[in-house]
Amino acid sequence: MLTKRMLKKAILPIDATASRRQFLKGSAAAAGALVVATTIDFGDKPAHALTVQDPPQPNAFIKIAPDNTVTVLIKHLDMGQGNTTGLTTIVAEELDADWSQMRSEFAPSNPLLYNNLLMGPIQGTGGSTAIANSWEQLRRAGAAARMMLIAAAADSWGVAEKEITIAKGVITHARSGKSATFGEFAAKAAKVMPPVIVEPKDPKDWVHIGKRVPRLDSVGKTTGATVYSMDIKRPGMLTAMVEHSPRFGGKVKSFDASAAKAVAGVVDVFQIPQGVAVLAKDTWSAMKGRAALRVEWDDSAAEQRSTDAIFAEYRKLAATPGLPAARRGDAEAALKSAAKVVEGEFAFPYLAHAPMEPLNAVIEVKDDGSVEVWAGAQFQTVETATIAWVLGVLPTKVKLNTLWAGGSFGRRATPNADYIGELAEIAKTSKAKAPIHLVWSREDDLKGGRYRPMFVHSVRAGLDAEGKIVGWQQRLVGQSFIFGSPFEMMIVKNGIDETAVEGAADLPYAIPNFAVDWHHVKSPVTTLWWRSVGHTHTAQAAEVMIDQLAHEAGKDPLAFRLDLLKEHPRHTAVLKLAAEKASYGESQPKGRGRGIAVHESFNTVVAMVADVTVGADGGFKVDKIVAAVDCGVAVNPDVIRAQVEGGAGYGLGAALRNQITLSNGLVEQANFDGYQPLRISDMPEVEVHIVPSMQAPSGIGEPGVPPVAPAVTNAIFNATGKRLYSLPWQLETLRGV
Amino acid sequence: MFRVKSFSFEYAMPQDKDSAMPTLSINNRPFDLDVDPAMPLLWAIRDHAGLTGTKYGCGAALCGACTVHLDGEPVRACQIQVRDAIGRKVTTIEGVEGKVAAAVQGAWQSLDVVQCGYCQSGQIMTAIGLLSQNPKPTDADINNAMDAIVCRCATYVRIRAAIHEAAKNLG
Ligand code: FES
Ligand code: FES
Repeated sequence: MLTKRMLKKAILPIDATASRRQFLKGSAAAAGALVVATTIDFGDKPAHALTVQDPPQPNAFIKIAPDNTVTVLIKHLDMGQGNTTGLTTIVAEELDADWSQMRSEFAPSNPLLYNNLLMGPIQGTGGSTAIANSWEQLRRAGAAARMMLIAAAADSWGVAEKEITIAKGVITHARSGKSATFGEFAAKAAKVMPPVIVEPKDPKDWVHIGKRVPRLDSVGKTTGATVYSMDIKRPGMLTAMVEHSPRFGGKVKSFDASAAKAVAGVVDVFQIPQGVAVLAKDTWSAMKGRAALRVEWDDSAAEQRSTDAIFAEYRKLAATPGLPAARRGDAEAALKSAAKVVEGEFAFPYLAHAPMEPLNAVIEVKDDGSVEVWAGAQFQTVETATIAWVLGVLPTKVKLNTLWAGGSFGRRATPNADYIGELAEIAKTSKAKAPIHLVWSREDDLKGGRYRPMFVHSVRAGLDAEGKIVGWQQRLVGQSFIFGSPFEMMIVKNGIDETAVEGAADLPYAIPNFAVDWHHVKSPVTTLWWRSVGHTHTAQAAEVMIDQLAHEAGKDPLAFRLDLLKEHPRHTAVLKLAAEKASYGESQPKGRGRGIAVHESFNTVVAMVADVTVGADGGFKVDKIVAAVDCGVAVNPDVIRAQVEGGAGYGLGAALRNQITLSNGLVEQANFDGYQPLRISDMPEVEVHIVPSMQAPSGIGEPGVPPVAPAVTNAIFNATGKRLYSLPWQLETLRGV
Repeated sequence: MFRVKSFSFEYAMPQDKDSAMPTLSINNRPFDLDVDPAMPLLWAIRDHAGLTGTKYGCGAALCGACTVHLDGEPVRACQIQVRDAIGRKVTTIEGVEGKVAAAVQGAWQSLDVVQCGYCQSGQIMTAIGLLSQNPKPTDADINNAMDAIVCRCATYVRIRAAIHEAAKNLG
């Protein structure tokens, strides 16, 4: 909702943005449509990156064409989460457009117009913020565009603006019987100065939000028409593959390119900071050329340890106090005087994101020195800056085209633009003046690092004689990918990387004495956010321990949680909804078990009830997940359901059998045989229920992941009496139970 | 029941048809391709025929993203050499047609199965193969036919539903 304060603020910074608005208006009028050409001239620089207080920007986000189509410029990457449909829905709603006229297109890279309002001056997608940060921005842009159409119609028809209505894409003046499409007034509306004060629609009048609209990307993705960066073809384009150090932190000592160069199709072989690049006339020759390459590595600064040794070190650290991440009361004393102390140790491996489309991007350095890049770009501002820096050109000379991405799960959101920087290095070093497509193989992807960091949690919690939790002490050990990144200032507080302890330091349960510590460990193995980030491990530790405490206290796990969550109405609501829909409380037949978990991430709360069957041979199947979610206003309920289904599957696949392990520093998994993804036969039935809400929308791409592993872990306990802690589950321990 | 799986894929024996410039029939169109006859069909289709709807996901018969039809049967294009596709009918997602294909693609669209979409050409080509052989597949039949086709977005709930829906619409 637009508050009074926002309205007041909206009026203030007009001067600062006047030149930009004039520029946009000018180019829009020239195009004969309500809006903008796709290149923004940085010479006409706005004074600041946009904030939520800025006046509405219809010209930056909406194009209405004479052919009556309405195109929404999408400032985010769509890697499958469906934000393109969601963002377009918000605009369609405010315009009262007909869904069939709505189109989308990815916005150009421009940190001043298309910055993520929750990331400051950075255009980027992550933290499940696409809808959340765009909500007011697009509602207001849509409302402004609607007013401009009405102004144009009123002027043409010689009637009062307030007598004009819009419904289903038709502008109508009832009294005179006049009506028109948006297209008819597109050119005229483009000349109207965008209003500064707008009033988005009353939710009771919504016709698109909260209803099912067909996804905008379904047809292209079911006919092979959708273009990913992997599919880009430029005239004369060469393909590059890079041999990276097999050990993290290794450097090229020497290489022998003779055999590689003898491979038909190989054009050149050369060293770059990331390794040795092979340039060839197509993908197959690049693969063969790289396979023929001989490289000697200098491993003096490389990670040489094995996974067991790293875990042993983490476990040792977990027995000692670390940096305080949260403190309340005196946990130590409470544990000493507790009637019963319950302990749990959790180990979490490195995990690869393994997006279905291996990393790749295309670069073209033009004769005038300008650069064009095509990528499933997730941090456009960081990527543009990196390309410019590597190639020694101004960022204004770099045109970055964002394409549909074949998954990411966080992998493409690298704070140092890793693979795109690598592509720029190749372009810089290459003597061939040709467009270059850098392609990572699946092996490059799985061995290439940027993993979800390994973690060990050691948790001790105490119950009093009545079964109330009196103290909780949790120590986390794991790497940080935030230190040294552009996000350090934003995310590190008092030496604590919030992404390492999120979901642990802010445990919602009412526990009087509470202490959470973090040990910041370092390694040359590169790590990164992996769909739901810290919550991938903290939810498992929290929800499995709470379950265990409920059991030790002799209480029902649902009732035990509800009792400790009285201050958290959203947690309470999703728990109750999931329980009701799953008929929680019914007794389970032998061999079956039921578990529950709840977790908040990215301002969204999700509860899951999991049903499992465990056979006497240790065979195990998740039969069904019933989820309840509160993510604020449900812009596209069906996309939300899809994200929770997919999130549950993504989390389940990792918990079942995914781990990246090192043997003397060498990654032991190479492809989908060693890193087995979830399959259709593993996939449970998933039912998703949405709590009705009028709060602003919150995240949905990630929050479906965290609760699935603990809900299933708790269901396994319910079926077998056997408590698993670490992930992936050590299912062989279930044999014979 | 849980198990760690591995997949292998069988295809017809190679035919000896080496030539300097192989001609392939893809989607009923002839393509003269200036490629090594040992090149995997996947890369010939994508890099040389310019049909990019068929995807690379693993290059090792482990994901199914590259599934095309060879004489109407789903195969892994990353495991077939160009020389073995000569004289046979290659069909990709761009060219697949007929009642079953329309029903499968229609069901995929009406249920909004796709997320990132990158695996979906392979899912759809495999599902068309399944329904062409077995018009009323059970859940177990679907598991059998589709288990090797990876979807990292885990759209499996809807893939299953869409196959049942397509079967229903085919009558
Ligand atoms: S690319 Fe052929 S099976 Fe994965
Ligand atoms: S839809 Fe993304 S991999 Fe299947």
